[in-house]
Amino acid sequence: MTATIERGSATAPVNSPKKAPARKRPGGFLGSSNGKKVVMAVTGAVMVLFLVAHMLGNLKIFFGRDSFNEYAHALRTLLEPIAPYRTLLTILEIVLVVSVVMHMWAAISLSRRASHARPVKYVAKKSQANGYATHIMRFGGVTILLFLIWHLLDLTFGVVNPEGVNSAPADRMISGFDASRWWVTLIYVVAVVMVGLHLRHGVWSAFQTLGWANRNRYRALRVTAAALSLVLVVGFLAPPLAITFGVIK
Amino acid sequence: MNLTLKVWRQSGPSDKGRMVTYHVEDVSPDMSFLEMLDVLNERLILEGDDPVAFDHDCREGICGMCGMVINGVAHGEQRATTTCQLHMRHFEDGATITIEPWRAAPFPVVKDLVVDRSAFDRIIQAGGFVSVPAGSAPDAHSIPVRKEDADAAFDAATCIGCGACVAACPNGSASLFTAAKITHLSLLPQGQPERLSRAKAMVDQMDAEGFGGCTNTGECTAVCPKGIPLDAIAQMNSDYLKANSK
Repeated sequence: MTATIERGSATAPVNSPKKAPARKRPGGFLGSSNGKKVVMAVTGAVMVLFLVAHMLGNLKIFFGRDSFNEYAHALRTLLEPIAPYRTLLTILEIVLVVSVVMHMWAAISLSRRASHARPVKYVAKKSQANGYATHIMRFGGVTILLFLIWHLLDLTFGVVNPEGVNSAPADRMISGFDASRWWVTLIYVVAVVMVGLHLRHGVWSAFQTLGWANRNRYRALRVTAAALSLVLVVGFLAPPLAITFGVIK
Repeated sequence: MNLTLKVWRQSGPSDKGRMVTYHVEDVSPDMSFLEMLDVLNERLILEGDDPVAFDHDCREGICGMCGMVINGVAHGEQRATTTCQLHMRHFEDGATITIEPWRAAPFPVVKDLVVDRSAFDRIIQAGGFVSVPAGSAPDAHSIPVRKEDADAAFDAATCIGCGACVAACPNGSASLFTAAKITHLSLLPQGQPERLSRAKAMVDQMDAEGFGGCTNTGECTAVCPKGIPLDAIAQMNSDYLKANSK
């Protein structure tokens, strides 16, 4: 007589065969994860091009207050008298607001999708890809948004600027970064470095998303992204630091 | 070697699961990781306990069945190695090893370290094929293929569908798997007629299964036992974009 040992089933319980999950999601290109990534890449590219122009404009402060003010005025009177005052600037502002909103929409949507995809977290998780910049993209994005709000209140609307709104742009800039307001400069330094880190991953990532990257181009793309980030960080930080340390008066 | 294991135990899909600590003694450095677990399981069975369930088949690194997250890394820290080909000599005597299943909503835990990867099958069913009469194997040179294309297609075709890419991805994305399958076919002449519809169908199925989106972190390719390169994902993105702009 053979003894039988009761040990439960020898095989693991098998899940009942299920159909492809009918997940509710907006159909079409913009509803897909890839589509949202394309939105991020394209709107990101618009913002990067804007940043390059913005940085070049800022550097005008090194040629004196008048030079900077004339540049600010020229932005508003471009295309005049064919088009009314501020036409081009208004168009640019609309494009930028749409880009920022769509970039955020896609980012939030993809983050939510990602958190749904991993409901149970790992007890231990170790990153294998070297990429500090890569892993702080979402945190960096939020930081940049908060900074953007401060930046607009400071230098565009003049609400938190000592010169107020009815002042020359150069005066707002130079008073805003006065040595006595060193903490404002500090905010800018932190935020601009964050922008740099965001772009270090963002720029090459956009090429990958749009399908323009391949193994022969990765190195060049990463170097370009790092170089562009560095140029932007230096270019954006030069004026505030120069003002705070009294180089520009 | 004496080891302390912290293993994820979950009796079934509806169980909440928890980490359980085991001590394993007299482990040979020449054992594979799975053989070390076999030793543990033999003891558990003798003690009347439930053995740790884990998936495995060929134990030669080619079938894609095995896979667990070892010390926070899918398939362990040894690069380009499946769990079955990982040997205990890579661990220190007296080490504590954390073992968890792939964690992703589309990969529900069946038991302990076994997850249901049927979601991958459904992605393949959505378009990972060529609709041509197969017949017997044709002569190798009957359809000319550029050497570069053949190499890149083969790189992608080495995917064994183990799911490590999903496990490692911070977004729980299946992009590397799906991209490998799409790239494998889209680089070859036989795959051209269905190239764009395939990319669209497979990416849409990947989304429908509940996998996350790709943020180009590169975690997937770093843990891939077959070293599938990241540019497969660029190829998939390109095909998907073309499919949608038609």
